[in-house]
Amino acid sequence: MAYLQTLVNGIVLGALYACLAVGFSLVWGVLNIVNMLHGSLIVLGGYLTFFAWQGYGIYPLLALPVVALLLFALGYALQLAVINRVVSEPVLTTLTLTFGLDLILYNFMTVYYTATPRRVTLDLGAIDIGGIVMPVDRLFGMLLALVLTALLYLVMRRSRIGRAIVAVRMDSAAAALMGIRVNRIYAVTFGIGALMAGATGVIFAMVYPVTTNLAGIYLGKAFVVCVIGGLGSVPGALAGGIVLGVIESFAGQFFGPQHALTVGFVLMLVLLVVKPTGLTGIKGYE
Amino acid sequence: MMTRRWHYVLFVVWVLALATTPLWASNYIVRLAIMIAMYTTLTLSWNFIGGFTGYPSFSTAAFFGLGCYAGALSQRSGVPMVLAWGIATLFVGAFAAALGAIILRLRGHYFAIGSIGIVEVVRLVVSSWGSLTGGGDGLNLPLLSGGPNAVARIFLAVMIAIMVVTFVVTVIVDRNRFGYGLRCIQQNEDAADMVGVDTTRYKVIAYFLSALFCGTVGAAYASWIGYIDPNDSFSIIMTIKVPVMCLLGGPGTVLGPVVGTAAFTLLEEVFWANFLDYNRAILGAVIVVLIFFLPGGLLGLSYRDIAARIAKPHRRPKTAS
Repeated sequence: MAYLQTLVNGIVLGALYACLAVGFSLVWGVLNIVNMLHGSLIVLGGYLTFFAWQGYGIYPLLALPVVALLLFALGYALQLAVINRVVSEPVLTTLTLTFGLDLILYNFMTVYYTATPRRVTLDLGAIDIGGIVMPVDRLFGMLLALVLTALLYLVMRRSRIGRAIVAVRMDSAAAALMGIRVNRIYAVTFGIGALMAGATGVIFAMVYPVTTNLAGIYLGKAFVVCVIGGLGSVPGALAGGIVLGVIESFAGQFFGPQHALTVGFVLMLVLLVVKPTGLTGIKGYE
Repeated sequence: MMTRRWHYVLFVVWVLALATTPLWASNYIVRLAIMIAMYTTLTLSWNFIGGFTGYPSFSTAAFFGLGCYAGALSQRSGVPMVLAWGIATLFVGAFAAALGAIILRLRGHYFAIGSIGIVEVVRLVVSSWGSLTGGGDGLNLPLLSGGPNAVARIFLAVMIAIMVVTFVVTVIVDRNRFGYGLRCIQQNEDAADMVGVDTTRYKVIAYFLSALFCGTVGAAYASWIGYIDPNDSFSIIMTIKVPVMCLLGGPGTVLGPVVGTAAFTLLEEVFWANFLDYNRAILGAVIVVLIFFLPGGLLGLSYRDIAARIAKPHRRPKTAS
């Protein structure tokens, strides 16, 4: 029974991780950029939600579309104005640039919001199904995360813009010849990455405290999920997220919660060496 | 050849300037000189893997931090200070060589992510292995006797000595077959492999060199400061600062890391005094400016072009249009 509870905890956590990593994975897969800003964007989404809730009494679910759109606009503008200029440069350049942008955003957030942990407390209680206890806000967060991930999957599969992103991911030169404006698609993709980060921030604000100290940890989770699940694929990120969630949950039970993070990173390093395309081995974007 | 000789001369002048700070400057400046010598060693070390070989390594903080802890633990178990630095150097070198053989099979983004992951893993292991490392409480080390001024002079000499050794190794690598091979790998690894460069061995040696002296300065830093903790030793900021310093000066050159460290520290000092809360943002802004306006670093600038532009501001430099 105790194991079942741990498993359920792991899956709930895993759904949150999937939502956290899917935007990062998309940007990495399509733009070939490791977006070091991702963690801070999640925290930014969390802060916007918290202040909307505290200042104006706006319920997080209502804040979600607004926060998502704001972050999309931020990501779109950032990519169009700044990152597009170096998008084809080597890793060292692009990674250092996004790292630099992250330092700027992080610094302003710490100065304006301070690192004090804040949290949206909804007090929804907990439910008990056959001995497995689960707080309702967490369950709600998981559902929201799954819905958002599924929505992104549908957008990628069904919409014109989604197909254009997939085309650019497969072969940007050929996509350009087909009349796709590659730079715009890059901007839209980065915007979607930021949008997913913001939405994750909204969900996390209901479940975890919001503090800038967590930005680096979120980014680390995104790395690990991408390496487990493979790049640029929504199902891959979902699989990677759930695998990581379950492993962390069990590692926390067996070795103590302070080691859960280490286990995730060690797993990532081992996988990088043994199987760098991820467990699913997916290369194309489907 | 001429420019290279000038670079060596400039380096000697710089070493003399740093070494004589206790004679003409305040304690604050002496402390700054120690930090500059330390960071120059780290940047010169990073240059082996990041500059010459072109691998985006972000694991400097892991090597530095391990050096801190290896030195501190040896010293606490009764090993004399200088010997403890030697132990730390060898330990970090061996660690990097073993690790390099594994992770240098990765390329590009995966290598970058892996090297960041290593810093995190080592930091987490050190902070959770409380019985050995003191965990989050950190470790205290005996301070040298003789008063702060004398101690500062000793460590200034030590840091400068390590910096000079690292520079000499850089010059040797730069001028011989090994450095040539590393540059081949940087330009095109597959082609380098094709023409007979033993890429795996070269990369592992470059990675080893990029770690070795980080271990020494880490241990010396621990002895100087007298207290270390995981967050200070394995700082994520150091992981990015060191490559940025090298890029600022000019990666893959002999003097670039030295110039970059000096320029960066100067910038930091100017801004820090005025905007204490914004030091991360300033580092970020330096990165953005660097990437857009100084892609080859300070040494990559064409000074003749700039002089021409200053002399005749209304004329644009000739371009093939």
